[in-house]
Amino acid sequence: MKRHLLSTADLSRDDAVLILDTAEEIARLAARPIKKLPTLRGRTVVNLFFEDSTRTRTSFEVAAKRLSADVINFSAKGSSVSKGESLKDTALTLEAMGADAVVVRHSASGAAYRLATAGWSSSHVVNAGDGTHEHPTQALLDAFTMRRHLGGFEERRVTVVGDVLHSRVARSNVHLLATLGARVTLVAPPTLLPVGVESWPCDVSYDLDAAIPGSDAIMMLRVQRERMNGGFFPTEREYSRRYGLDAQRMAKLPDKAIVLHPGPMVRGMEISAAVADSDRSVIVEQVANGVSVRMAVLYLLLSGSESAIGSEEGHSQHQNTEPKGAVA
Amino acid sequence: MSTTYLIKNASILGGDPRDLLLRDGIIAEAGALGPVAGTVVIDAGGLIALPGLVDLHTHLREPGREDAETVDTGTRAAALGGFTAVHAMANTDPVADTAGVVEQVWRLGREAGHCDVFPVGAVTVGLKGERLAELGAMADSAARVRVFSDDGKCVSDANLMRRALEYVKAFDGVVAQHAQEPRLTEGAQMNEGELSGLLGLAGWPAVAEEAIIARDILLAAHTKSRLHVCHVSTAGSVELIRWAKSKGHPVTAEVTPHHLILTEDLVKSYDPIYKVNPPLRSATDVAALREGLADGTIDAVATDHAPHPQEDKDCEWAAAAMGMLGLETALSVVQQTMVDSGLMTWADVADRMSVRPAAIGQVDDRHGRPLAIGEPANVVLVDPRAKRTVDRTGLASLSQNTPYQAMELPGAVVATFLRGTATVLDGKLA
Amino acid sequence: MPVIPQGARPVLDEADISRALTRIAHEILERAKGAEDVMLLGIPTRGTFLADRLAARIADVEGTTVPVGSLDVTMYRDDLRLKPARALERTEIPDEGVDGRLIVLVDDVLYSGRTIRAALDALNDLGRPRAVQLAVLVDRGHRELPIRADYVGKNLPTSQRESVKVRLREHDGVEHDAVYLGIESETAI
Repeated sequence: MKRHLLSTADLSRDDAVLILDTAEEIARLAARPIKKLPTLRGRTVVNLFFEDSTRTRTSFEVAAKRLSADVINFSAKGSSVSKGESLKDTALTLEAMGADAVVVRHSASGAAYRLATAGWSSSHVVNAGDGTHEHPTQALLDAFTMRRHLGGFEERRVTVVGDVLHSRVARSNVHLLATLGARVTLVAPPTLLPVGVESWPCDVSYDLDAAIPGSDAIMMLRVQRERMNGGFFPTEREYSRRYGLDAQRMAKLPDKAIVLHPGPMVRGMEISAAVADSDRSVIVEQVANGVSVRMAVLYLLLSGSESAIGSEEGHSQHQNTEPKGAVA
Repeated sequence: MSTTYLIKNASILGGDPRDLLLRDGIIAEAGALGPVAGTVVIDAGGLIALPGLVDLHTHLREPGREDAETVDTGTRAAALGGFTAVHAMANTDPVADTAGVVEQVWRLGREAGHCDVFPVGAVTVGLKGERLAELGAMADSAARVRVFSDDGKCVSDANLMRRALEYVKAFDGVVAQHAQEPRLTEGAQMNEGELSGLLGLAGWPAVAEEAIIARDILLAAHTKSRLHVCHVSTAGSVELIRWAKSKGHPVTAEVTPHHLILTEDLVKSYDPIYKVNPPLRSATDVAALREGLADGTIDAVATDHAPHPQEDKDCEWAAAAMGMLGLETALSVVQQTMVDSGLMTWADVADRMSVRPAAIGQVDDRHGRPLAIGEPANVVLVDPRAKRTVDRTGLASLSQNTPYQAMELPGAVVATFLRGTATVLDGKLA
Repeated sequence: MPVIPQGARPVLDEADISRALTRIAHEILERAKGAEDVMLLGIPTRGTFLADRLAARIADVEGTTVPVGSLDVTMYRDDLRLKPARALERTEIPDEGVDGRLIVLVDDVLYSGRTIRAALDALNDLGRPRAVQLAVLVDRGHRELPIRADYVGKNLPTSQRESVKVRLREHDGVEHDAVYLGIESETAI
């Protein structure tokens, strides 16, 4: 039975379209005087955040509250978690409190997967970002935003630029956009591309200027300044010159192309202020759409006797066959 | 007077059935023996007799982490796995970098009595990789240390490694290197490849192992001192060692059972039971390791038995400890991957799991001996037709972190004899 | 295409349905004393098409167009947890808004009354109508809530084991509209 949202790679095209369509209906309700829907009354959604992320946490909180769920924010800071309580004990505690869904953000890749499959908890698990693995609701809101502007995904080219190596947003976007039929190009210096990226369902380029003219949407990923100290690129200036989106480069985008950024932005690094604030930029829209998309995800996972989307219990794209790690 | 055992009809190293009389710690008689008064007769029809197995790479965790394993529980596990000798790694707390600590471990092993415990001494003080530990004092101690290793950490400083190789020549020691270039593996979580990219786990590239092995081979050749490479895990490493041996350089190598059977695909589960260092690699690597072991490029199977308490595995991947149990399953894994697959004979198994590791560890006066009259009665009897399903709750080890839970494996150790004394009979501790 | 339910018999044909809708259109106008503040809200999916048809008939009779919209009640249902999570339908409230209007909810079959209960809740979150009325093509009885229809195309006594299926040209890919009565074996409407 489908139960969780852990990775966009677990979503079929039908699943993905259902989420976007549901989000679209929900977005239409946002203009009503009473925004709250009674759908998840009596359900408890726990926001379990081991990493600070006020914007993602708030977005999930608003989404759950608009569906009338009770929301418990359980953040690592100032709680038993920071005193060394394990993920397992936290999960057992939340289980005892009767959490129906756990929205989890964790610095360790696979933490959401582990929470869903280790048998510690019977809650639905929504991955709100796990390490450098995935951030499925971010990709869904990106896709939602793109679909509104581009009309669809077939024959659309999406260019994702920046620190792909450390980006959970990039991974989730590549899987989802490929599933939806878009053509994705990753652009980054070779040091910021993961080993094996050739096998991902996308194109890869080191040259931003070559990718820009064919892009219907361009997504700039945040580049953390720490990466410079890791030796991934020589200087901020050089990075920005080769891979930053400024007004000059933006001018070479096709007429209706849009600029996305998952935030938080480092203005002057991967994106110039002029671009971020331009009419091409849909960055503020992305935030608004985040609530609708997260409402759709919570609704589809939690409202019925069975979830309509997502990863199966103890089962995902990562394990669609019996574990084959043991060689006969 | 200790019990005398008459083993009837055991297939010696998988060959013709013979009888063995174990008396006063040695193999007193061999051949077709009639009834001998006052002996316990063991019907070994269908069983294979091998010299007691020797593990070059065991973490007994004592002193310091007695919640994970003790010398007593670890050597019980060893005996049940068919081992009569284990080399206890130095990364204890305190580190086995002084004569005092190695003698303590050695004494604990003697007191437990389940198998011989040969402590491995640390190469550098506190495994810090900064300056040499008192290698000579450890060699001269009651523990008679001959194998030195910072296992868990790599002796990455080339000059320090050179000095260690040179220094151990004075007492015919060997430096067992944990080959892991530290800068190339910062934060590494799993094999670097397509899968690590998809799973978002920091990669542990093959080159980080191979670069150190290549360097150390050249240093061993230059210093004319013995290098042993711990837990070889990549196809490239096998190639390098094959080249070193073809040049006659004094290099030996070991492979773990888990690297012979498990691949990185298991990491897809994000279950840290599969987290180990070096990490599980690709099926190509597994094939190369099996080939290298079969053709003798890799000298030994060594368990890297690494017990961890449950809380160190019951967590998210990045927070989990690295390592898996091995002693009680090693022979079964080798049977499945090497013998049942036709790559090796039981005589080869005796060579890779007893004879050569004993020689590398400089204990070949007592272990890894032929099953012949007058030799020490270190014998293991194996039933190759048995099947068993691994149950982590039934292991002798204090810890339960076996990656083979619920897997069916072939073969079973029926009896183990240490200098003529049964440590295991009927598959149970004697 | 699942056009006609297996073993079901027609109880209303296209002409019956057409007459029923025409009559309901007249009744609405009569009771509202004109079309002035009437708004029709169909409950998806078939209620939406019936609302469109009623609006067309009102326009024929009265010469004025009444605003028509749709009101999805999925998120307000009391049986959400009993069935797998389902896709939402369109809610389309005309720009005039519902405040102060006479809202006529339109659905195809009135059964337990739970859908209408959900619709009243949904409407409540949209504003404050002057009054709310209910028009249905078929009332098959077995109410579980104190709800009744103001306009009924046909009262159809049924057993709870039976199912009522409405098939409309706009939605079901049929050549002719019809209402069928069959044995409850397939999914309920």
